[in-house]
Amino acid sequence: MTSFSGPATAGIGWTEELTRARLHFVTGKGGTGKTTLATSLGLALASGGRRVLLVEVEGRQGIAQVTESEPLPYGERHIASARGGGDLRALHIDAEAALLEYFEMFYNLGFAGRTLRRMGAVEFATTLAPGLRDVLLTGKIKECVTRTDSDGRYTYDYVIVDAPPTGRVVKFLDVTRALTDIAKTGPIRGQAEAVVKLVHSDNTVVHITTLLEEMPVRETLEAVNELDEADLRPGAVLINRMRPVRLPKDTLADATEGRIDVERLRDDLDTVGYSFGQDALKGLIDEATEHAIRVTAEQSALNQLAEGDLPALELPELTSGVDVAALYEFADLLVEQGVR
Amino acid sequence: MTGAAAEYTGIDVDGLIDDPETKVVVCCGSGGVGKTTTAAALALRAAERGRQTVVLTIDPARRLAQSLGLRELGNHPKKITVEGFDPKGELWAMMLDMRRTFDDMVLTHAGPERAEQLLANPFYQTISSSFSGTQEYMAMEKLGQLVASDEWDLIIVDTPPSRSALDFLDAPGRLSTALDGRMIKMLAGPARAGGWGIRKVVSAGFSMFSKAVSTVVGGQFLADASAFMQAFDTMFGGFRERATKTAELLRSADTAFLVVAAPEPDALREASYFVERLSEESMPLTGLIANRTHPVLADVSANKALAAADALAGNGEGGSVTEAVLRLHADRVALAEREQRLLARFTKAHPSVEVAGVPALPTDVHDIDGLRAIGDRLASAATARDRA
Repeated sequence: MTSFSGPATAGIGWTEELTRARLHFVTGKGGTGKTTLATSLGLALASGGRRVLLVEVEGRQGIAQVTESEPLPYGERHIASARGGGDLRALHIDAEAALLEYFEMFYNLGFAGRTLRRMGAVEFATTLAPGLRDVLLTGKIKECVTRTDSDGRYTYDYVIVDAPPTGRVVKFLDVTRALTDIAKTGPIRGQAEAVVKLVHSDNTVVHITTLLEEMPVRETLEAVNELDEADLRPGAVLINRMRPVRLPKDTLADATEGRIDVERLRDDLDTVGYSFGQDALKGLIDEATEHAIRVTAEQSALNQLAEGDLPALELPELTSGVDVAALYEFADLLVEQGVR
Repeated sequence: MTGAAAEYTGIDVDGLIDDPETKVVVCCGSGGVGKTTTAAALALRAAERGRQTVVLTIDPARRLAQSLGLRELGNHPKKITVEGFDPKGELWAMMLDMRRTFDDMVLTHAGPERAEQLLANPFYQTISSSFSGTQEYMAMEKLGQLVASDEWDLIIVDTPPSRSALDFLDAPGRLSTALDGRMIKMLAGPARAGGWGIRKVVSAGFSMFSKAVSTVVGGQFLADASAFMQAFDTMFGGFRERATKTAELLRSADTAFLVVAAPEPDALREASYFVERLSEESMPLTGLIANRTHPVLADVSANKALAAADALAGNGEGGSVTEAVLRLHADRVALAEREQRLLARFTKAHPSVEVAGVPALPTDVHDIDGLRAIGDRLASAATARDRA
């Protein structure tokens, strides 16, 4: 594994606090790799024989896509085995199905429920009161976290949620607000109260995925503040697609200005019997200049990220793209950086 | 640095923005692909080529907005005057404020007294700030206003940062369905909502459901919602009609859609859905902008570069600049090949869609020069095609 230059964040690695949490939300700006990293984190936490549930709440079947499996039903299904016999299962929570399940449980709607669904009444109720949707989704998550087997052991050691993006995650988790607006009484209020207790406890952490670019870093820092203000616990920053700094450190500043000696390149190549044309040499220098500018910008993004004062985990850019094998590779890298 | 752009078919960007028949250009695509920057760069280029241009942005990066003087701005276009920017035409820019747009809409259509009531309604506050779809609806509303004002001859639209590009087309409809009034009337007072034959079939279930819903969301909330709908309905015939009207605008011949996608599987999959949908709805697609590609700049194979790097390392020259430059090149070739494979998959599935590759700039764009550089890259994709 390539080593990255010194961390500018609070430290690389997984803390004791994170080890204690059983419910892990993964948020981040769109396009930063939330689903990929949530799945990798699931594999990392499942390694060594643990049972982990990966939950999707936004109805876009992202988990099925990254794991190259069939679309997930509203039900818990095995999707991957982790190293050392771990079991990673996935659940796609559909707010409409959860609402109907809920009504069935308390109001015995019978077949009318299906008809109402066809009429769009359920969608209407869940979209009209946006908080209701979140209460239902988090309620189901809570049920998964607290469920126990007949032997009294928790069904899942960890539950990981591929959560809504940074802009919406606090609203999603802070069901307290939604609840005071909508459910004044009834069983749903009790359920919401239990959720509030769980997400504000040290059993729950919220990780943030980011790239070392301006917008994602800014959204990460904003999310940390919002989480703090809402009394929710920020977990780790998962830095995705980090580029290794290939150029020798003392040449980086010059390289950003395009100052790479073409004669030296030519001579070095000559010593090992290679000869490239002038255009090719110029092209190589242009590529190296772009690289130098990018990694320098990434270093300053990393410094900025340090303001968030969170532990950080780093994952490299994979030029070959992300496939199932890459998920395992990422999981191994997370374990190497202390995830357990 | 137009190298690999020549691999794609290219889009005649200058032809598009110079054409006086082009009135609206919509930049769409999933989140994080560079829509905002693309829209701003196109608008800047169009202004410099002589058009009276306005760009409607949704959530620009702070430094980009600052460099355009957009932070002090309300919900209306402002003319961009920056040192070193002296366009033949004009460039105006605005940032969408969905809440203000919604408020303005209410103020325009209701009398001052009724508007005040509506704006204070708790249901209105929920809908205008947190309903998913409101932002898309208001972007369309604003676009309609800009078109109607007839002050600009080219309007470039950035679309809200949703996960799915389709949201831009679907969300306004979602909002209008939610606000359509029929469902809310049934829930608030099923007795008044006649004419739904199906209601008889499930009437027992429905009244139970209605009771359950009001237990959950609260009776007061339903009453507020109902009051809001009735006022709104009489105001201008409801949301649905309005959403239909803006959709017609998008279907007209002087609108062009540019789908922006990063050369990544997710973004291209979204782009595919979107392209298919546009064609189903007979909406005018100009092409796909494959944004932030990494074309190879040196004509040297990855194997050769790696062999040379290994030889240098074996020669005691490990860790030298030359070795690093060679390994960087091998990485770059691998990345470029992957991007081309992904784009080839897209062009095979959509052979009639033109694709322009726009090479990534090494830094974030936050000034006029950066936007101009993006504009050059957008336009040179077409030049590469003409040469080919």
